[in-house]
Amino acid sequence: MIEVLRAGVLTTVQDLGRSGFQHHGVPVSGAMDPLSLRTANLLVGNPEHAAALEFTLVGPSLAFDADALIALCGGDFGARLGDTPVPMARPVAIAAGSVLEFANCRLGCRGYLAVAGGIGVEPVLGSRSTYLRAGFGGFEGRALKRGDRLAADLPEAGVFPGLHGRLSVTAASFVSPHWAASLHPERMARSPQIIRFVAARHWESLHTDVRARFLGTDYRLGADSDRMGYRLEGGTLEQASDATLLSAGVAFGTIQLPPDGNPIVLMADRQTTGGYPRLGEVAGVDLPLLGQLKPGDSLRFEKIALAEAQKLWLVQEQAIAQLHEAILAHIRE
Amino acid sequence: MVDLESLHLSFSPLGDRALLVELAAEPGPETSASVRAIADRLRTMALQGVSDIVPAFCSVALHYDPALLGEADGERTPYDVLVLSLQESLFETGALPQEDGRLHEIPVAYGGRFGEDLDALAATLEMGVDTLIELHCAPTYSVYMLGFAPGFPYLGPLDQRLVVPRRASPRTQVPAGSVAVANAYTAVYPLKLPGGWHLLGRTPMTLFDPHRDPPALLSAGDRVRFVPIDAAEFARLENGAGT
Repeated sequence: MIEVLRAGVLTTVQDLGRSGFQHHGVPVSGAMDPLSLRTANLLVGNPEHAAALEFTLVGPSLAFDADALIALCGGDFGARLGDTPVPMARPVAIAAGSVLEFANCRLGCRGYLAVAGGIGVEPVLGSRSTYLRAGFGGFEGRALKRGDRLAADLPEAGVFPGLHGRLSVTAASFVSPHWAASLHPERMARSPQIIRFVAARHWESLHTDVRARFLGTDYRLGADSDRMGYRLEGGTLEQASDATLLSAGVAFGTIQLPPDGNPIVLMADRQTTGGYPRLGEVAGVDLPLLGQLKPGDSLRFEKIALAEAQKLWLVQEQAIAQLHEAILAHIRE
Repeated sequence: MVDLESLHLSFSPLGDRALLVELAAEPGPETSASVRAIADRLRTMALQGVSDIVPAFCSVALHYDPALLGEADGERTPYDVLVLSLQESLFETGALPQEDGRLHEIPVAYGGRFGEDLDALAATLEMGVDTLIELHCAPTYSVYMLGFAPGFPYLGPLDQRLVVPRRASPRTQVPAGSVAVANAYTAVYPLKLPGGWHLLGRTPMTLFDPHRDPPALLSAGDRVRFVPIDAAEFARLENGAGT
């Protein structure tokens, strides 16, 4: 079991989301930085879509009552076991009785903790992701709080057996390999963050000035941004008309232009449909960076062609497949 | 049958991992039936890499993973490849079979503690409460789409005489089961939600339950009739046969 000693600001169970139910009006939810969740899972021998913990701005403090294999990806929360910093982006074997403490986020906004076996909560509509607004999925449909006890499902046998072996004969609080996944966390520090997007059909009908202003503005992430949507501040855009369109499907990263002229980017807990004009959609490969922005952070949009965005996506997926291969090559060590 | 030529379908990207199929048509029962026929056809294609098919008023969104689609060559993008195979499948026959959606009868207790806005709305519309209820119960509505929240149905067409803008100030909490109107639509709140629609009444039926399969009672293209009930019947249904 994993006991929550301190919950942090917003710590939830997430996986890659609740696909296949959007026609019932069910939001997809899932990790705000899906790439980090996938990587953390692969590092501990899990399927990439396994349930993990996502924490926000201030991390939790967690007590493990059994030996565990963990991996940390995404935002850097200065994880420690006692006085010892815990490295990110690699498998880490920790001993029963360990207390894993996270501090304030010092890079990015969201951290991911994967545990070999995955977080053991019942799937709802095929997913273990927490959907806070309707209160289902994850751990009792809510954010974790002090005293919660999470089960970790049993990991596949023989994942990084050597790490556990060394753990039993060492006085160190954890054992990890010398290699790590190369994730370029420094990209999270860019300011303004550059977020690429694919223009919607509606884009061409916008006034030239509106398009130029959208592309030329350094936006600030508003304080009321959350897992559902990011509100952007930095200059309102005039609409050609104040028409609300007929609602139609929207996606993770849809950039909406509501009548007040302040763009909103739809995030993991977005509704399945929306009726505001769309400027476009954030490129899939840049959603992880977007998910790591926190209120007050600065961002700027850069338009790319659909072909370019899809090529980048395929390259990313190839890189993940290669990372997976590389991890599998070490997993029996 | 749904004649596809007449619908002037257009395809456009919804980012790099989704696309929209749009119909050049006004929202309405006929359009919803066409949308449903298209969504059903796309669903039966069972395309690898496609995760969600989401019908709305005059469109169907399709979510996919470009890396799982298979055959993207150097020349054509995964989007181009997907659109081509969608077009081929849709226009194979030129027409799609059209099924009447399921008809649901939804019992509604109107007014009082069940529908706090009924009296005020009747006054605004300068009609009697009974007339308002009659006008609301008379049509067989089409489910235009589910959206806004899990299991939230947009129903229409609403009688022209009942068309009103949303309330000036939305409520922070609307009880689950609330039957409401706003603009050209009527709806049932499937969950306790914030909302700005005018509350006419409440149904004891459960419209959304994440632990049920399917989770939502209604699907886009289904039809709905509201049946007035009194408080006693509401209590009886709520305590047993309500789901």
